[in-house]
Amino acid sequence: MKVSTKWLKDYIDLDINPEELAEKIERTAVEVDSVSRLDKKLKKIVVGFTVEVRKHPESDHLNICKVDVGEDDLLQIVCGAPNIAANKKVIVALPNSRIAGNVKIKRSKMRGEVSEGMICSLQEIGFSDSVVPKVYADGIYFLPADAKPGEPVYSYLGMDEDIIDLDVTPNRADMLSMRGTAHELAAIYDKKVTLKKPELKEDLTDNISDYIQVEADKELAPTYLLRVIKDVQVKESPMWLQKRLWNAGIRPMNNVVDVTNYILLDYGQPLHSFDYQKITGKRIEVRLAKPGETLQTLDEEERELLSSDIVIADDNGPIALAGTMGGLNSGISADSQVIALEAAVFNSSAIRKTARKHNLHSEAAMRFERGINRATVAEALDMAAQLISELGNGKVISGFAVGAQANVQSIVVTITTKKINDVLGTGLQDAEIRDIFERLGFGVEEKTGSFKVSVPARRWDISIPADLIEEVARIYGYDNLPATLPSGELTPGKYTYKQQVIRDTRSILEESGLMQAISYGLTSDKKAQRFMMEDAQPTKLDFPMSSDRTTVRMNLISGLLDDVAYNNARKVSDVMLYEQGRVFYRDADSDRPREVEHVAAAMTGLYSAQSWHDEKKQIDFYVAKGVVEHLLTKLGVTDISYETSQKHEEMHPGRTADIFVGNLFIGFIGEVHPNISKEYGIGRTYVFELDLQKIIDFNNELIVYQPVSKYPVITRDVALAVSKDIENADIINFIKAQSGKILSKVQLFDVYEGAKIGAEQKSLAYELTYSDSSKTLADDVVNADFEKVMSKLQEKFNVEIR
Amino acid sequence: MDLKDRLTELKVKALSEIGTVEDLKKINEIRVNLLGKKGPITEVLRGMKDLSKEERPVVGSLANKVRDELTEAITQRREKLEIIKTARKLEKEKIDVTLPGVPVKAGQPHIIMQVIDQLEKLFLGMGYQVVDGPEVEEDHYNFEMMNLPKDHPARDMQDTFYITEQILMRTQTSPVQARTMEKHDFTKGPLKMISPGKVYRRDTDDATHSHQFHQVEGLVIDKHITMADLKGTLQIIARTVFGDEREIRLRPSYFPFTEPSVEVDVSCFKCEGKGCAVCKYTGWIEVLGAGMVHPNVLTMAGVDSETYGGFAFGLGPDRFAMLKYGVDDIREFYLNDVRFLSQFAQKG
Repeated sequence: MKVSTKWLKDYIDLDINPEELAEKIERTAVEVDSVSRLDKKLKKIVVGFTVEVRKHPESDHLNICKVDVGEDDLLQIVCGAPNIAANKKVIVALPNSRIAGNVKIKRSKMRGEVSEGMICSLQEIGFSDSVVPKVYADGIYFLPADAKPGEPVYSYLGMDEDIIDLDVTPNRADMLSMRGTAHELAAIYDKKVTLKKPELKEDLTDNISDYIQVEADKELAPTYLLRVIKDVQVKESPMWLQKRLWNAGIRPMNNVVDVTNYILLDYGQPLHSFDYQKITGKRIEVRLAKPGETLQTLDEEERELLSSDIVIADDNGPIALAGTMGGLNSGISADSQVIALEAAVFNSSAIRKTARKHNLHSEAAMRFERGINRATVAEALDMAAQLISELGNGKVISGFAVGAQANVQSIVVTITTKKINDVLGTGLQDAEIRDIFERLGFGVEEKTGSFKVSVPARRWDISIPADLIEEVARIYGYDNLPATLPSGELTPGKYTYKQQVIRDTRSILEESGLMQAISYGLTSDKKAQRFMMEDAQPTKLDFPMSSDRTTVRMNLISGLLDDVAYNNARKVSDVMLYEQGRVFYRDADSDRPREVEHVAAAMTGLYSAQSWHDEKKQIDFYVAKGVVEHLLTKLGVTDISYETSQKHEEMHPGRTADIFVGNLFIGFIGEVHPNISKEYGIGRTYVFELDLQKIIDFNNELIVYQPVSKYPVITRDVALAVSKDIENADIINFIKAQSGKILSKVQLFDVYEGAKIGAEQKSLAYELTYSDSSKTLADDVVNADFEKVMSKLQEKFNVEIR
Repeated sequence: MDLKDRLTELKVKALSEIGTVEDLKKINEIRVNLLGKKGPITEVLRGMKDLSKEERPVVGSLANKVRDELTEAITQRREKLEIIKTARKLEKEKIDVTLPGVPVKAGQPHIIMQVIDQLEKLFLGMGYQVVDGPEVEEDHYNFEMMNLPKDHPARDMQDTFYITEQILMRTQTSPVQARTMEKHDFTKGPLKMISPGKVYRRDTDDATHSHQFHQVEGLVIDKHITMADLKGTLQIIARTVFGDEREIRLRPSYFPFTEPSVEVDVSCFKCEGKGCAVCKYTGWIEVLGAGMVHPNVLTMAGVDSETYGGFAFGLGPDRFAMLKYGVDDIREFYLNDVRFLSQFAQKG
């Protein structure tokens, strides 16, 4: 809502500079978007009178004008505007003037002719296209005939008015009007408002009932009033009215439409004007649209109406979409003579629905949605009728038609000083509170700190004690509130076990060298369903904005691969990212997914770069596996096994393992399938994803201390030549199973494949560690155990002991 | 030459030899030669049997003295030579200490998580619990329990990704308020919680808009909670995140789930309130929204709004991070460029 401080002064005596006023409004009422005035930064722009206009000899579209700018000599100005004419008052930017955009106008020559300045359009001096009257849209503007040549144009055009643009919150629709804003400022500054009342002269020779019958469904339109004005001349509005409209951001059209917009701004009451002669049957009904009905609205759009749309209909069908936009056919044209003027209150949720479904978010619709002052519907209608009759030389038919008229009463809310102080933490006195209510223009009955407050209809946002507390708080001033902390019973602040595991997981991965990524939870349908760890249905948006973001993710890897691709595309080839977040598994019989905490990582490029000190180290399966092992160990997970897996179609079939804890599948690790890497345009990338919830569910106990053996350990090394398809885990598990209790550890320390060994063979070297916590181990005991296991290994795997 | 003279001559010669020897091996040889069983001193001592009773103790004592002196000289010389040897060895081991160290592999939390972690730490310390809630939420909790019935004009403030008519991507972390209040047993004490998490809005991504961002919701419900308590709590948040010097100011605003509702500005940390590009020359930066919990919200969650009341606030870690670190494009947070992320590796 753009508020002109000049207009405000009609209603309230305020002499405060606009910046200060804006600051006060912001601190007490609603946010202020900007404080501006159109003449800011403009220089030397004056009224000119075109004494003579002749064709430029060297151009078919330029004219040479002799312009009186109030000086002894006429200025010669070359003008290219199509509507230039002699004997007109025009806007002249003198030599060395500044027009909009801080453009400097200089004396110049145009095709050989001197041009001492420029004749301007409204846009050229800073008006928005959206407010310039249509007739001047493509040309220069003509000032009123009484404008004095040589005088600055600013006051003629209302450019010297300070405009405060309010960003009105949905609850303060009362401030979507000049009168409401004046009331608010009166409360803030402890002033009184003086509001003009209509002084309507009705033509008693005619009666409204002879003109029109109105019916309205009270549910749809609690109030629906109509006046008729006859013998109206539709024409341009006077300057004072046009200035008020364009300063509020509304384009002047004609005296009838302009008055309805003026009243919208003044009272916050949307009005609609019909060309009475276009209403068939002289009967109007407010009802819901019927199936199949259509309406061509003022924007020339043919709309199929919905059964939820409230329409104004005559005998032929809808003539307006209530509260949002009128019909083209029944609209005001230059030939209209009899005007039917509607002032109503429509059902706000119905208007909201219509505005949304038809994408018609007009000033009127916004006010109906948020609510309007029910106490001034009739007054606003009278004021509008009076103005139209005055500006269009018409006559207001006696009486008004009533489709519905809701009873308007003040709302009474009771509250106590104690309650106010309890909620605000203040020590306000009864008198201070009474004063605030009175400044707000509320009726107050007080009895020892207990208030009965009558809230006028213009503040329909107030209905409960909490609303009154807010009024007290903001007028008293939030700056004046003390700052304390909640007292009362102490509560422990700590993470739950689950929260702690999640945070531990993050810091373990970070200490392993991975950076935390946060990717998008919404992704494409395809990406959402990749790298799945369990059977589930995707959860899809009903009305997505783009095909990239249609579905809630069911894996974290897809997002991480997007991140890797983004990095690789920007020549960052070494990437180690992890993400902790939720995946969304939906069961077929449910609308809502289960949200499961996962953790995943994507690693590609170098683990460490070549340096003067070390060889470079490429990220491979085992680097990634090391991270998983470290994570699981740190989280206290035991009995972990890795099993080669070909069930993930997005993963390299030879380089992927499922991860189990006991028999429970908790995730997988491996290289991304080359086809997927190619699709993303990324290098070889190793990923893992774990179901963190399963790890949380283990609820791992605290570590139990194991005494360290005081006796020396004995180790035996062995290299085994085995067939390539035998896995390390097979050997290790076998050794562990076959050994006696004295075996404490088996560790692989070398793997060899190559020329020194058969093509189908590989060599695995292990260190077996033996210990006994109760005595020194004897060599022969160890040897016996070791030899027994070795011979069983030979039997089982056909290994050759090297 | 008598034995005394021989001893004296031996001493002088040996001391000079010891004094000039440069080799640890040699000094060992000297020791063996001089003091060993076949050495001159032993020889002198052996010759004592031919001496008179009177001379024997004199020569014996002298011989012992010479042996002690020489032993001492050899020890000292050896120590000296050992020091020299070590010094030479260490000299050879000299390295270029200006060569770079071996990098330690270390990752770090995402910058938004760092902001959230900082807030969690603050609020855990003040006795709040951290509560998580679903990202795919019911309209019922996201809106209706927050005093936003269907067709409420304030729903326009938040464009929503719907999944079905009743299910949506939560647009705010506020629904966790309702979910937690419903479950909380107020006979066991006040409810003090924060709820950090992802939220979604139907917005076109650009430098200042993201369809996904984060919020941290805060809620305190007890018997005697005041707006002054809210103000004090907000002050602590502002000072924790933006620095101890910060002031806050509250401005009236509107959220359907609080009444009164306020918008909270923090004094600009770039210019100390003098006015700069960061605060758009106002000296203040809008950082969060807050208010006293609306009685309808309490009642709907089954809390007696006559007895209990409280405050709530909601803030945006993305916005905090943008302000604090001067990030001018919110999309950076979700693209995860390693060069972007790694800038926030510093602790604290």
